[in-house]
Amino acid sequence: MSFLPHLLLAILEGTVAAAVLALSALGLSLVFGVMRVVNVAHGEFFMLGAMLAWWTAKMVPGGPLAGFLAALIVAPAAVGILAFLTERLLLRRIEYDPEATIVATIGLMFVIQQLALSVFGADAKPVAAPFTYRIAFPWFGYSGYKLFVVVASLAILAGVWWVLARTRFGLIMRVTQFDRETATAFGIPVNTVYSVVFVAGAALVAVAAVLIVPIQQAHYLMGLDPLLMSFIVVIIGGLGSIKGSVIAALIIGLADGIVSVFFSPTLASIIATLAVALVLVARPQGLFGLTAR
Amino acid sequence: MNFTRVVILHGAVFAALFMLQFVVSEYMVLSLTRIMVLAIYAVGYNLLFGYAGLLSLGHAMFFATGLYVAALGTTRAGLPVPAAFAMAIVIGAFVSSAMGAITLRVKGVAFMIVTLMFSQAAYLTVLYFGEYTRGDEGIVIADTIRNFDFLGLPVDLTNATLRFNVALGFLSIAAGLCLLIVRSKLGRVLVAIRENEDRTSMLGYDVARYKLTAFIISGTISATAGAAYALMFGYAGATLASIQYSIHPLLWTLLGGASTVLGPVLGTALMFLLVDAASSFTNANLLMVGVVLILLVLFFPKGILGTLRQRYLPWLP
Repeated sequence: MSFLPHLLLAILEGTVAAAVLALSALGLSLVFGVMRVVNVAHGEFFMLGAMLAWWTAKMVPGGPLAGFLAALIVAPAAVGILAFLTERLLLRRIEYDPEATIVATIGLMFVIQQLALSVFGADAKPVAAPFTYRIAFPWFGYSGYKLFVVVASLAILAGVWWVLARTRFGLIMRVTQFDRETATAFGIPVNTVYSVVFVAGAALVAVAAVLIVPIQQAHYLMGLDPLLMSFIVVIIGGLGSIKGSVIAALIIGLADGIVSVFFSPTLASIIATLAVALVLVARPQGLFGLTAR
Repeated sequence: MNFTRVVILHGAVFAALFMLQFVVSEYMVLSLTRIMVLAIYAVGYNLLFGYAGLLSLGHAMFFATGLYVAALGTTRAGLPVPAAFAMAIVIGAFVSSAMGAITLRVKGVAFMIVTLMFSQAAYLTVLYFGEYTRGDEGIVIADTIRNFDFLGLPVDLTNATLRFNVALGFLSIAAGLCLLIVRSKLGRVLVAIRENEDRTSMLGYDVARYKLTAFIISGTISATAGAAYALMFGYAGATLASIQYSIHPLLWTLLGGASTVLGPVLGTALMFLLVDAASSFTNANLLMVGVVLILLVLFFPKGILGTLRQRYLPWLP
């Protein structure tokens, strides 16, 4: 294969990586944006979503498509319930203190990881894609499902943007993000908003996992990579700025895909981290972040 | 008066640790040696987290720096043990200066995430150069290398008793250093920064310089602990550079009591013995780490010595 088709493949892989990244970072960005807390167990919610997709695919008869559609309901629902309990029993009790939240969710991360290991076992679990159409380029075939993931990510991002920008609930979320105390004074049930946002963030990452797991495989340690990549995206984009996160996901995803195809995935991760360093030296608040209030 | 009490307390603790080697079993001596080396790491971590209030999630990179400089220095570069140890400390200081200069540009939550990511990059670098570091399998430092002459004296780091006392010596140096810093102007300014950074800056202190100083001292102590670990136990593996090893000192410090000199030592010992005792019937030690972290945050945020200080011993440093 000569250079240009190789580059096309790299760009395709990069676009898929960017879509995956934007989708998995979205929930983290949303939760941080509104609640000002970082959920370190975010990656484990992703892992649980993937595990549930595998489990549902095994349980539901009628082929990969039926399993996939069932997983799109089961995974976000189950992960959402877990997130609801986390918010009520953990985050609310420590009053959303940023440091305590990080430490507590690190604890939660280890607990979920170990429980997933005992329940599901240590082996990687492949999940079949709901359809197996291959796009035939003159030089190579490319999985149609991967491009479907790109389209689905765009749809989900547009949906979240629409809720935030155009609906009454989105307005309430933005108000809570802007000034929690004033929002409380105006009778907005801030605690309920926090619950909804935390559960929505978890459900989003579970959906992301269901979409992504046919490309990767489900494994109990798979949560760490999306967590770190989400951190990178969210920091470069500016903490709390969803627009920034999406643009950062695009840049990093493309770079990651291209470096992975031409060199090695480990090198790509190292480079992504160094990119964060450069951004921080130049702009501590991220590319699109506002200065801390 | 206060100072005498503090010196007596710490002297007594280390004298008791010294006496333990004559009482406990051979297995326990090995465990205690390990605990003391790891406690050096926790003491270094606490200096930054407890006193300066900077929660780093990436100290494993400093621990690993010491670990790998010592291991590669002795096995690949053929350096004698004391030279490799000294080089590990120097490079540890250098790496923590560079990392501090970059990561301290951001505050709060971003600082935690950025340190976590750099540490992960360091871990990936260890795996990437698997040809030299041998990845998860790790480097084994041969017993012949760890048997050397220092200033004309023969030293055998494979000898359990000697190893115990070397570890104790380093731990008491680290704790003593911590005690000195805490009682010095540097320590007081760090606590002031932890309590209110803006006010401290307004009072005319160069906050950035103080934070960087704390970061460098903390990182260098961690690297020293890593080098000691590699040389004493003859092993350096990628697991010791992973995120877990950034979380461990945080857990130990929180358990024993952040911003107390002896808290990290107590926390390390308790957690190590807990995991050790549980390992006979379960290997889910991460589950235990997770549960302890959650319980500490929910019910016991000041840790053991922190709570003791609050209730009964206000003079505890």
